[in-house]
Amino acid sequence: MNIFDILGPVMVGPSSSHTAGAVRIGYVARRLLQDVPCKVSIYFHGSFATTGVGHGTDRAVIAGLLGMQPDDIRIPDSFNYAKRAGLQFDFGQREIRDAHPNTVILDLEGKNGRKLKVQASSLGGGRIMINQLDGIDVNFTAEKPTLIVHNLDQPGHVAEVTSMLSHKCVNIATMQLYRDKRGGYAVMVLETDQEVPVESIRWLEHLEGIIKVTYINLDEEELCFIH
Amino acid sequence: MFHSLEEIVNQCEKENKEFWEIVMEDDARERSVEAASSYAKMMDTWDAMLLAAANYDNKLKSASGLVGGDGYKMEQYIAGGERLCGEFLGQVIAGALQMGESNACMKRIVAAPTAGACGVMPAILVPYFKRIGKDSDRIVRSMYVAAGIGQVIADRASISGAQGGCQAEIGSASAMAAGALVYLEGGNETQIVHAAAMALKNLLGLVCDPVAGLVEVPCVKRNVIGAVNAVSSAEMALAGIISRVWPDQVIDAMKEVGDKMDVSLKETGLGGLAATAFGNEIKNLTID
Repeated sequence: MNIFDILGPVMVGPSSSHTAGAVRIGYVARRLLQDVPCKVSIYFHGSFATTGVGHGTDRAVIAGLLGMQPDDIRIPDSFNYAKRAGLQFDFGQREIRDAHPNTVILDLEGKNGRKLKVQASSLGGGRIMINQLDGIDVNFTAEKPTLIVHNLDQPGHVAEVTSMLSHKCVNIATMQLYRDKRGGYAVMVLETDQEVPVESIRWLEHLEGIIKVTYINLDEEELCFIH
Repeated sequence: MFHSLEEIVNQCEKENKEFWEIVMEDDARERSVEAASSYAKMMDTWDAMLLAAANYDNKLKSASGLVGGDGYKMEQYIAGGERLCGEFLGQVIAGALQMGESNACMKRIVAAPTAGACGVMPAILVPYFKRIGKDSDRIVRSMYVAAGIGQVIADRASISGAQGGCQAEIGSASAMAAGALVYLEGGNETQIVHAAAMALKNLLGLVCDPVAGLVEVPCVKRNVIGAVNAVSSAEMALAGIISRVWPDQVIDAMKEVGDKMDVSLKETGLGGLAATAFGNEIKNLTID
């Protein structure tokens, strides 16, 4: 924890886990969708389900989906802002096996038709973990630039990604690999110390066997959506 | 990053630098930024704290309706004449209540170290700032002292109520504020860490038992004990009184107590004040 995790974050109350973390989950989900959300179903689990309303967790997630940060004073009013922005939303509760007590699932749809299902947990102090994307384990915090590559489980794709990064002088901080079955659908999640250049992401997307590439860097302003 | 208060004190002596400088330089190194950029960020944090204090609205009510307006009552009472606790301590009490209420009412605050304990630090710093002729630099330096103490507590024990109970939140905030106050009053490194140790010791065992699981009752008023305890601990340290148990060992004891604390008393809303008849009544009201 750095000292600004101790004195900070600057946030809208009342709870770093149930409010600030929830805004961040919404915000990261919006960035991962790479589209402007227009419809979302939100399912709360555990403590989010039982004490969420009192902590404004519902308003916090919506605020994040609208692009607000945890210190945005509009958070308490986010439902009204959602109406104006044309974001439809509904809430439910869901028991998720073996999940962190502060977990939420977001079923998202964007204005350009993109869809994404995000499962995320709020770990405390406003820090979060994205657990699953479209049902596949990912487990990243979005605190660093993160590259998520969906590919066919066949030899060479990890080498393609890592050699591209090495070529661009991007250092890999952490790397995880997941697959549904041998030869099936695979996902690699790489957290990096430097930003990954846009052209390299585009290049990756065109390689054979690469299904989808998502890149998120919260230090960067939300400028355009990479396709 | 420092793993003990002793390390910080030793480094102060070795490099002949002040506590706050050592913490700032370490932050700059850890995050690979210039010291000036770290300092600017701390100044922003202070600005956010001041703004949060200024934006208190006595008409707001929290989600359950239990919290709001008490900080204003206290402020009026203190302004109304000669009070037992004196002007400074009166402002500390009012400031702690007000920030706790702002947090419960979804206003913007600075988590210090958590949102639930966000009233302790500004309760000390804001009245002190007014008292010393609004010298922001001194306040910012004292915030480094507080952050350094908080970082060691987070590393050796915890600053989360769910992990260590309220002692980890209000207790840590109180230790941080006590250290900051000793710095502001011209105390040395040893006095800083002993003030922090005494503050933490005095709140050892404090449980996290929020009614209906909300950051309202008893959280808002616990900020007051955190702040007042910081003042008394700082004054003891400045008087030359030391903590008989060495500061880092106090932090380790806090961790041990937190580990042994029953889960019903660690932010689950199942024990203590949350489990009283009143607590259950509010729980049923807010959840349905």
